[in-house]
Order: sequence, then C-alpha cells, then structure tokens
Amino acid sequence: MSRHRGGGLLYRSVFRLFEGIGVKDARKRWERKSPFLQRAVPPLVIAALVILVMLPFRAPDPAALVLLAIVYALYVMPRGWRRWALPATILFFAIAYPFLIQQTNYQRFLFEVPIFNSFPSIDTMAVMAIFAMMAVGLNMVVGYAGLLDLGYVAFYALGAYTAAWLASPHASQFTLGGKPIDVNIGGVGVTEGLGGIHISIWIVLLAAAIVTAVGGILIGLPTLRLRGDYLAIVTLGFGEIIAEVAKNGDKETLGINLTGGPPGINPIDPPGFGVWLADHLGLPANYLDKYGQYVNFVSLFYWSAIVLLLITIFCSIRMRDSRLGRAWIAIREDEVAAAAMGIPLMRTKTWAYASGAFFGGVAGAWFGSFKQGVFPDDFYFGISIFILSMVILGGMGNVWGVVAGAALLTYLNQEGLASMSAWFNDKVLPCDPNVQDPAKVISGGCVNAPLVATGIYGTIIVLVMLFRPEGLIPERRRQLEFETGVHDEPLMDVRHAPEE
Amino acid sequence: MTELLLETIALRKEFGGLVAVDDVDFTIPLGSIVSLIGPNGAGKTTFFNMITGVYKPTDGRVIFDSKDIGGKPPHAATERGIGRTFQNIRLFQQMTSVENVLVGMHCRLHSRIIPSILGLPGVRREEREARERARELLAYCDLAGHEDEYARNLSYGDQRRLEVARALATQPKLLLLDEPTAGMNPQETAEFVDFIFRMREDEKLTILLIEHDMKLVMGVSDRVTVLEYGAKIAEGEAKEVQSNPRVVEAYLGKAAVS
Repeated sequence: MSRHRGGGLLYRSVFRLFEGIGVKDARKRWERKSPFLQRAVPPLVIAALVILVMLPFRAPDPAALVLLAIVYALYVMPRGWRRWALPATILFFAIAYPFLIQQTNYQRFLFEVPIFNSFPSIDTMAVMAIFAMMAVGLNMVVGYAGLLDLGYVAFYALGAYTAAWLASPHASQFTLGGKPIDVNIGGVGVTEGLGGIHISIWIVLLAAAIVTAVGGILIGLPTLRLRGDYLAIVTLGFGEIIAEVAKNGDKETLGINLTGGPPGINPIDPPGFGVWLADHLGLPANYLDKYGQYVNFVSLFYWSAIVLLLITIFCSIRMRDSRLGRAWIAIREDEVAAAAMGIPLMRTKTWAYASGAFFGGVAGAWFGSFKQGVFPDDFYFGISIFILSMVILGGMGNVWGVVAGAALLTYLNQEGLASMSAWFNDKVLPCDPNVQDPAKVISGGCVNAPLVATGIYGTIIVLVMLFRPEGLIPERRRQLEFETGVHDEPLMDVRHAPEE
Repeated sequence: MTELLLETIALRKEFGGLVAVDDVDFTIPLGSIVSLIGPNGAGKTTFFNMITGVYKPTDGRVIFDSKDIGGKPPHAATERGIGRTFQNIRLFQQMTSVENVLVGMHCRLHSRIIPSILGLPGVRREEREARERARELLAYCDLAGHEDEYARNLSYGDQRRLEVARALATQPKLLLLDEPTAGMNPQETAEFVDFIFRMREDEKLTILLIEHDMKLVMGVSDRVTVLEYGAKIAEGEAKEVQSNPRVVEAYLGKAAVS
C-alpha cells in the first residue's frame, strides 16, 4: 500500500485525470482493490497503450508478444512461485536459444530488436557463457574473499595453454625416449600419424583446472601476504608476466618451444565424446562433424559452455555457503578479527585464489578449444580489467549479478556496440558507409563505436559507481554496506523511533 | 601451588626504539579471573596482542597450557584455546549474529571443500549441529531473538555480548576480554559482571580482563597486575594493589601519594 503513497508522479496524474473526467474518489477506490489487481493491471494498461501507439508504425510481432506475456506472467505470479519459475524460464530459454534464432534454415522465430537489430548469435552466446564462467571464478577471489586481483587473465592463459598442450600436435616436436611424443587417450578427430598429445577434452578440462589451481597457489603463496593495494599491484605484475611468457615462449627466446611464440598453438583438437559414447548414448562424437539436421557445431559448443557455467555456479554457491565461504567473507570484513577467531589467513586466501583459478582454467581451456587454438594476443591486461568490470557491474559477491554483468559486457563487446553503431549511422545521423574509414572513430559522418569500446565500458563502470555502486544485482550484504554507509549510530535511532 | 594456564617469561615488544612491553613476567592460574590494568598507553593491548599472536614478541616466551606459543600466528593461539574480544568492537558487521558465531566455530569444524560442494551428509549434519549450537550460545549470551539480525544493526550492548558469544564459540580455555564494558552504563556493567561469573562457572573458563573501570576490576578479579610504561609495577590481590603507592601514583599522580 505504501508503495504508491506520495511516490509516482505518473500515478498521481492518472488519478487526477480520472477525477477530472468525473470518476469520484478514483484513488481511494483503487487502493481498496486487492493487491493482486493493483499489481496486475497497470502493466497491462501500459503495454496496451504502447502497442496502440506503435500500431501505425509496426505490427506487433507475435514472438515479441509471447515474450512479453511470459515476462508479465513472471511479474504477476506469487513470490514463492517466481523463485522457481524465474530460473526455470531463463534456463529453458538458454537451452532452447539455438532453436529460437535458428540459423540453419533462414527462418527466425525471434523478432528484430530496435537499436540492437538482432538477438545475439549463438557464437556470441557461447563466448558470453565462457566469460560468465571466468567472472564467477574471479568473483570468488574479489567478491567473496575481497582480494583484488588484477591479473586474472593469467589463469585464463594457463588453462588455454594447458588445453593446447594436451590436445594438439604441438608436443610431437619433442622426443621422449628417442621417439617423438605420440599419445592418444580418447582424443577426437585425430588423423593417423599426426603425433603429439591428444587427450579427451573432458579430461583436459579437469587437467587444465588443476594445473591452473596449482598455478594460483604458486602465485598466491608469495603475494597473499600483502594487503589491499599491494596485492593488486603484484597480481597485475603476474598477469603481465604470463602474457609475456606466452608471447616469448618459443624456441628462439626461451630455448624450448613452450607456447609456440607469437603465432600461438593451433589447431587444438575439436571436443567430442568419442565414437563409443556416440554409439551408445547418442552424444556427438566430434563437435565439428555434422550432428542432426538443425544443430550446428556452434550450438554444441554453446550448450557445453552452458553446462560448464551451471557447474561453476553450483560450486560457487555451495562454496559460499560452506565453512570455507564463511571464512572468506569474514576475511573480507575484518582480517584481524577473522584471524583471532581461528581462521588461518594464508591458507584460506590461498584456497580462494586456487578456487578462482580453477574455474578460470576450465573457462580458458574451453575457450581455447572453441577457437581451436591459443593466441598470445588474447591474453592482454585489458582482459583482466574486462572480467573485473563484469564482477563490479553485476554486483560483487552475487553470482547471478556477476553472470548478468558478464553476459551484458561480453554481448556489447561481441556485437552490441557494433549494432548500436550501425543503427546510429542508419537512423539517427544517416551517413554513407562507403566513405567510412574503418580505422577511425568518426569518419565521413559515421561513428565506429567498437573502436572506443574500452572507453565505453569505463564510462559504464563510472556511471554504475555513481548511481548504483552495489552493482546491478547486489549481494544483500554489500547492499547493506552501501545503504547504511559508514554511519554506525543512526540505525539504532531508527529502530527506537516511535511508530508514526 | 596452583596449576598455571598461561605464563609469560620476560615478554618484550619493541616498536623501533619504543619499548611497549618491557620484560613482563606474568601468570594466570587455571580457573581464575585476572585483570590487567594501567594508564592509557601502558602497553596492555600490546601485551594482549602478543599472547594472541597478533604481534610477534621481540623477546621472551608465552607458555600456554604448557606449550610455547610465542610468535605463532593468531589462528594457532585460537586453536589452542585462547578466545578474545576486541577493545573497539570488531564484529563482522555484514554478517548475521548466527554467522558471526559460526565463524568463531571455524577451527572446531572439519568440513573440507569437496564434500561441502557435493553436500555430503556428514557436512550437512555438522553444519546443522553447528547452527544449533550457535543458537544455544546466542541464547546463553542473552541474544535470543537476534539470531538473524545483522551484527551492525544490534544495539551497542548486544554487540558487546555477541563478541563474547563469538569468542566462546572458539571453545576457549582462556578468554581475553579487552575493555568489555567500555561505553556501557552502570547497570549494563553490573549485568556484565554477573555474566562474567556465570561464564566462568558454566564453561570452566579462565579469564583475563583489561579494564579501566576500577570498580569492576576490584569486584571480579582474583588477581590484578598493573602495567606502566610497559613494565609491571605491581601484582597481587585486588586489595593489596589498590593500596600500593606506586599504583596510586601511576593513576592519580605523585601528589596523591603524599
């Protein structure tokens, strides 16, 4: 009831309008209606008005109407239902997505979006899921344990290079006992006599995760004794070191060909379940082969990434609610008190680092296998900041917020900015794309927004910090922190204040 | 001679040229309530911090429960059985009361990371029992009904008691209270004194108290030790110390003695 009191200029003017045309006591009568009606009717009215206004320009798209109806149903249903219905709906759409945008046979079930043109492609969705995985991993370090890590890209790189080593012909240039290395344990799509190490991608993912977690511990042991800003700077350094090692780890510079140098390592074996599982369970044997009529390989990558993301989220939440997660949050809140309560600081922080690294490694390995190669130019400092921005934008500490932040920023990075740019050049300030210089931000009256992407993300982060510092979907603790600020006393006063 | 729970031998801490604690010998008999008093800046909290491992002693030994714990990290001291509260409340403000107490139980719980992720029955049972015990502890500290409130939303007195509850959760043999009644009114202080006695009885605790409130110190302590400029200037039963001229001088100035 108090929801509408005083607030809402729109509400007040609507009631004034009704009273103006002769309906007596419109407001009072409205507020006597059941809460369900009060909640259910306004969106319907607004939607009807919008559709009416739009009608002369554009016939309502049936798909858009269905989507609106689903959102509306979620909005109206009781809280208890929504707790389950919302994740279920999102999961359903995430899984059905490749069929909804259907790229194989020219028919699209989804509508065109204003400004953004189309829904993200499956390719973009796969990358979104991978970055979400990394963001959830980083969130364990930054959001839970409160350790600022500016070198997370190091773990991404470690995971990717582990995958490159364990599932490519790269190792065939080394000899073991006089013969070139040639191992095949469930590798997929390996031609005879290729050489190198070929291990099933599912084992590789685990191996990459473990290698990266160990890497996290090794980086953590010397650095985690530092606090706050110092830790951030050291992690920054480690991120750079790994990137440089990746770039220079070839025969000329390092002496042995560890990383393939500037061209990186490729091709990485395609993922797949192998022939046996394909025959017995119907799983795809090799992702790059054709699988069914409507499924292309990008969809397979996308679905697998979604499954990996779900596993990551599950583990992240379970860890947060465990004894270890409590210790992380305690350290974030007050290190000295946490130590005095029997929490071993070094061990607990190292666990945070290792866990974050673990999932960063999985994401890196999957990304490497998705791109079918690793390239040192992918592991630059900006990626660390990019992932950190996802965590901050989404809401530090809240897994769902972090996933949303990652999806949003990755989408903008992959195609959102380009689409917006194109829309701007087409509709707002029309220009001739033929005179546009692709290397310039503004040329021939056209805007090329992706060139200043980093600046745009920076602006977004600054705006978030100004207007919603706790992030899009904040963790309840953090929200409290921001709402109550640093004032200690007023809360007590509020509690003892007389009821009005 | 009674059994000693804690003994420091020539414990010393220097910060650069400043000697904060100057070769202090100090003992706490098992089951007693011992107070440490002294003017501001006398080195009481530094002494405290060395016992709990926050500071590494420059020299000397801390023997707790017949083991040398000097220079060990704080969590090791807690694990051995030293619980503490802080002079200026250091609760985990953004955690609920129950969560605060659960953090205190950290070193008494055993869940490992992978069983926690898998949600194995052993982990679930331990967690359930820990929560139950946390609620009991909160009730014991008069915090029933505040279990799921955030620590920062509790009143001042409640926060003080929550700190004690959290320290008790570590299952200490020795409880260190650093000015526990600072900022309390006389009635709250009186209640707290009762609480200290009750705790000693129920939990078989030994208590070391840092306090400014003389009435409180004289009321509860079996023994009192006085520090001034880092050095021990008096030690003994409350009465003796109270009439010791050096103590009076330290607190009230030279003129008061003559």
